[in-house]
Amino acid sequence: MSPTGRELHALWSVVRRNFHLVRRYLGWELVFLFYNVINTLTIALIAFALPPADRDRTIIYLTIGALLWNFLSILFQEVASSVSWERWEGTIEYSFMAPIHRLTYLAGVCMYAVLYGVLRTIVILVAVALFFHIHLARADWLGAAMILAGSSLPFIGLGLIGAVLPLLSTERGAQATQVIQGVILLVSGIYYPISVLPGWIRWMSHLSPATYTLEAARRAILNGEGPLHLLPLTIKLFLSGLILVPLGLAVFQLAEHWAMRNGTLKRSG
Amino acid sequence: MDEGSVSPNAVAVEGQGLWKGFSTKKWVGTKRQVTRSYALKGVDLAVKRREILGILGPNGSGKSTLIRLMATLLIPDQGWLKVFGLDVIRDRQRVRRLINRVSVEASFFKKLTARENLAYAAGLYGVSNAKAQVEATRILASLGLQRDKLEVPLETLSRGQQQKIAIARALLTSPTLMLLDEPTTGLDPTSRRDVQEFVLNVRREHDSTMVLCTHDMAEAERLCDRIAIIHEGRIIAVGTPADLIASYASGGGLEDAFFHITGLDQERLRAEAEGDG
Repeated sequence: MSPTGRELHALWSVVRRNFHLVRRYLGWELVFLFYNVINTLTIALIAFALPPADRDRTIIYLTIGALLWNFLSILFQEVASSVSWERWEGTIEYSFMAPIHRLTYLAGVCMYAVLYGVLRTIVILVAVALFFHIHLARADWLGAAMILAGSSLPFIGLGLIGAVLPLLSTERGAQATQVIQGVILLVSGIYYPISVLPGWIRWMSHLSPATYTLEAARRAILNGEGPLHLLPLTIKLFLSGLILVPLGLAVFQLAEHWAMRNGTLKRSG
Repeated sequence: MDEGSVSPNAVAVEGQGLWKGFSTKKWVGTKRQVTRSYALKGVDLAVKRREILGILGPNGSGKSTLIRLMATLLIPDQGWLKVFGLDVIRDRQRVRRLINRVSVEASFFKKLTARENLAYAAGLYGVSNAKAQVEATRILASLGLQRDKLEVPLETLSRGQQQKIAIARALLTSPTLMLLDEPTTGLDPTSRRDVQEFVLNVRREHDSTMVLCTHDMAEAERLCDRIAIIHEGRIIAVGTPADLIASYASGGGLEDAFFHITGLDQERLRAEAEGDG
C-alpha cells in the first residue's frame, strides 16, 4: 500500500470505528436524538405565543437557530471530545502510537463529525417540517448549503483547539470544552439577534463563527438570498476556517508534545 | 532505507543516559507545590536483534516508563534512545511502523466487538480488514480462543481473553519489535501458559525482537534470553538467567538472585505482586 493509500485507509478506519460506536450505543443515540427533536420543537413552539402575523417567520427563525446549533455543536463536541473519549476508553496510547500522521487521525474524527452532524440534523429537520408544516417556498437552499459548508471549517478549527484541553489536563480540560461551548451558545445569536445582548458581552459575538453562520443561513432561508448575495459572509467564514484549522492543528501538535513530555497521555495521567 | 525495513546490522534497541521524571502538583495552603520524582535515573540498555530481553523489577521501578519511551509515547528528559538505529524522537513515525505494544491493561473500545476493534487497529497500520480478520482468527485459534468470541463486545470477555485479543492485535501489524508490558498479569495459569507458549512460537517463526516487562520470575526465566533488573529507576544487573543465578544466588533460583541484587524484602514483594494480579 502506498503511503497516501495507507493514510487514507487509516482515516477511514477512524470514521468506521466511530460509526461502530454509534451502533453499539444505539439506545443512547436514539434517546439523545429524541431529546434534540423535542428540544427543537419546544423552542419553535415559543413562536405560538406571538401574534399570528409574526408566527411563521419566528418559527423558521428559531428553527434555523436550533438546527444550526445542533449541527455546529455536534461538530465542536465530537472533535473536542475525541481525546477525552479515547482517554476514558483507555485507547489513547494505542491510537497515538500508530504510524499515521496526526492530521490523518484528526481528519478522520472531523469527517465523522460532519457526516454524523448532517445525518442528525436531517432527522430533526424532517421531524420539525412534519410537525409545523412550514412553508419554505422563498428559501434559497443552495445558499444555505454553501453557508453550512463554509461554517464547518471554523467549527472544526475550534473543535481542534478544544480537543487540546483534555490533553493538558484530564478532567479540567473536558470541563473547559463545555464552558467554551456554552459561551458560543450565549453570544452567537442562536435564538435572538445579537443586538439584545448587553454591551459588555456583545463584542464576543463578532468573534464567534456561529454568529455569521446564523446570519447568513437566516438570510438564505427567510429572505431567499442566493449564493451571490451571501458570498461576502461565506468568504469570511471560509477565511476564518483557513486560520482556525491550521491553528488548531498546530496547537494540537504542541499539546501532544507537551503531553509526551509530561506523561499525560496515559489514562490515569 | 525503506520506511518499514530495518538495517540487518542494527541493534534492536539502544539507549544511553535515559532520565525521565514526572511532576506532581498540589496546593499546600495558598502555595502550589511541585514535586518532581524520577522514574528513570540514567538508564543504559541494548537489546540485540531477535532477542527476548526481560525487564524485571518491583512496582514503580520504571519498567513501564522505559517501555513507553520505546513506544514513542514519552520524551526522555535526558539521554537518547534508538530503535533499529532510528531515534525515537526525530524518527518517531518510522519507529512506530516497526513496533507494537501489549500493555498490562487491555486498551480496547469495550463496547465494540473484537472484530471491530481489530478492524480499527489494522486500519491504523495499513493492513486490510479482510487480511486482518483472517490473520486474527488464526492467531486467536492458536491461543485457544474460540471463533465466536470475536463477535461479542470486549466487555463481556474475561481479562485473559481480552489479553489474547490484545496480543493478536499487536501481531497483525507484524512488528519487528514487540513491547510486552506485563502481558500475563492477572491471567489464570492456563491462559498464562498459552500466552507464554505463543510468545516463544512467535520468536521461533518471525523475525521479531521482544522486550518483556514482568515481575513473574518463572516467566522471565522461561521466556527471556537475557534479563535486566531495574530498581528505583536504574538497571542494576543484566545477564542471562543462568548468569544471574550463578553470580548472585548460587544453588538458588532467579528469585533469590533478584532479591539479592535489589536488596528487597521477599515477603513484601510477593504481597505486591499478588495484589497486582
